[in-house]
Amino acid sequence: MSNDTTDDTFDIPLVDARSVSVRFESQLILHEIDLRIPRGQTLAIIGESGCGKTVLMKTLVGLIRPHSGQVLFDGRDLVTMSPVELTRTRKRFGFVFQNAALFDSMSVFDNVAFPIRQHELADEDEIEARVMKNLAEVGLPAEVAKKRPAELSGGMRKRVGLARALILEPELVVYDEPTTGLDPIMSDVINELILATRRRYPVTSVVVTHDMRTARKVSNRVIMLYPRRRLEAGQSQVLFDGSPSGLDNADDRRVRQFVRGEAGERLSEMTRQKNTLTLSSATAIGCDHG
Amino acid sequence: MAGTTFRDDIDLDAPKPARLKNWISDWGGIVVDGVSTVGDITLFAHRMFVWMFTRLPQRGTMMINFYQVGVLSLPVVALTGTFIGMVLAVQSHHQFHLIGLESRLGVVINTSLVRELGPVLAATMLAGRVGSAMAAVLGTMRVTEQIDALTTMGADPIHYLVVPRFMACIFLIPALTIMADFMGIVGGYFYCVIILGIDHAAYLQNSSDYVSGYDLFTGIFKSIFFGGIIAIVSCYRGFNCEPGAEGVGNAATAAFVMSFVLILSIDLVLNIILDAVYYSIWPSQPSFL
Repeated sequence: MSNDTTDDTFDIPLVDARSVSVRFESQLILHEIDLRIPRGQTLAIIGESGCGKTVLMKTLVGLIRPHSGQVLFDGRDLVTMSPVELTRTRKRFGFVFQNAALFDSMSVFDNVAFPIRQHELADEDEIEARVMKNLAEVGLPAEVAKKRPAELSGGMRKRVGLARALILEPELVVYDEPTTGLDPIMSDVINELILATRRRYPVTSVVVTHDMRTARKVSNRVIMLYPRRRLEAGQSQVLFDGSPSGLDNADDRRVRQFVRGEAGERLSEMTRQKNTLTLSSATAIGCDHG
Repeated sequence: MAGTTFRDDIDLDAPKPARLKNWISDWGGIVVDGVSTVGDITLFAHRMFVWMFTRLPQRGTMMINFYQVGVLSLPVVALTGTFIGMVLAVQSHHQFHLIGLESRLGVVINTSLVRELGPVLAATMLAGRVGSAMAAVLGTMRVTEQIDALTTMGADPIHYLVVPRFMACIFLIPALTIMADFMGIVGGYFYCVIILGIDHAAYLQNSSDYVSGYDLFTGIFKSIFFGGIIAIVSCYRGFNCEPGAEGVGNAATAAFVMSFVLILSIDLVLNIILDAVYYSIWPSQPSFL
């Protein structure tokens, strides 16, 4: 897979996935994916539901262990790392979950402070200053700090999740569907926050999304994954790898369909399935009567 | 086999050798699943013990779990203990009355309580109250990706979530068992002496003569194992919860059922061992009859 769409300065990849395959029981989700993410790049992974984009993202940060292949982070293989090394390396990751994944039993303040406390990196005064600063940076008032996650709206929860992911100023921030379930205005707020983070310090980001507006706005590289079950033998799961501006004129029809939000052959598939079902029901009834 | 019973896969129209093959393959699947679950739980427990002896969780995390397991369970365990004592008195009184040995009722009630019924019923009650809650909380955390969030922030979920719960259970379930025993003794005394009018002094004298320190030790010793079983099984079920509300419900139910069966099994094994130890130290003992 090429990475020629990025600046020349991004020579050494921060993340380098080599021939990564992931299998859940007998189901092969990802097959021999190669992906190099240079430092400072914002990569959007797009694709329809069930294509394996979240699995790929979790594999890149060591949450899912691939059944074959290597995932190098800054040159070190996450797959063969000892648990202690992996824990130390994870200080360099920030993860924004689809539904924020805030700890229900803690206040917003304690949620955001969790990574610093976990790694015992500061005293309580400094923790307070950093938490309040991060909450302000994602546009949340100080009163929110005392609330429980259950008392917040979806957009606020996402912003708290972002504040928590950024508290240790990680080198790699991973966003899982950051705008899913949000109204258009709040989606744009989240997009702007992703851009603001990139402006503030040289972070590398991976954004998993099927919101084309987010992909175009925040990323400087897009890859599109396709579900394996829909591929012919020998075809790559990565249908597109390039700049966001190249999406509309992509050579592959499936990429253009996805970008434009067209059902395409899925409609004929549905009609075919419906006809098959009707035919088998009629045959069954015929047999009963015969 | 998840989601189906082994019978669902059997094609009844298939020729006999094929049906036999299906049966063997399905039973084989059940055995493999069972062995795999035992292996998983063993590895889970091993990781928990490694963390427990390497680095203890922060004090705040421990205290919350101690409070939830110990303090919040106290009323229900005390109530259960009281009723066990009183029910034992009701059940035994008629038989003992027929042979004129009502004054020996305290021996039966208190021995049964401290050796067997106090620990087992307190553990059963706690498997329902504490174990199911643990499985449901951890299952919800799994489903809502909170466990993944812990991992991404460099916190080991077993160290952060399981070790405090395990320690709370092994320290506080024996303490709660002592409370259940005490309240059972009070309940039994109340029913026998106050309601049935059995002589107070004879009741207490017989109890103290025949209920030994070893009986009390047996009950408390077993409850440490019961606490460990409840914590490990419930946390394991929560960690391996299937997605959705049904998944969380199933995890809570499975945690209780599995804990209950294991409590009774371990109880049998420990009773055999502890009895063997007892009779090797004190070979002959007088009967209370």
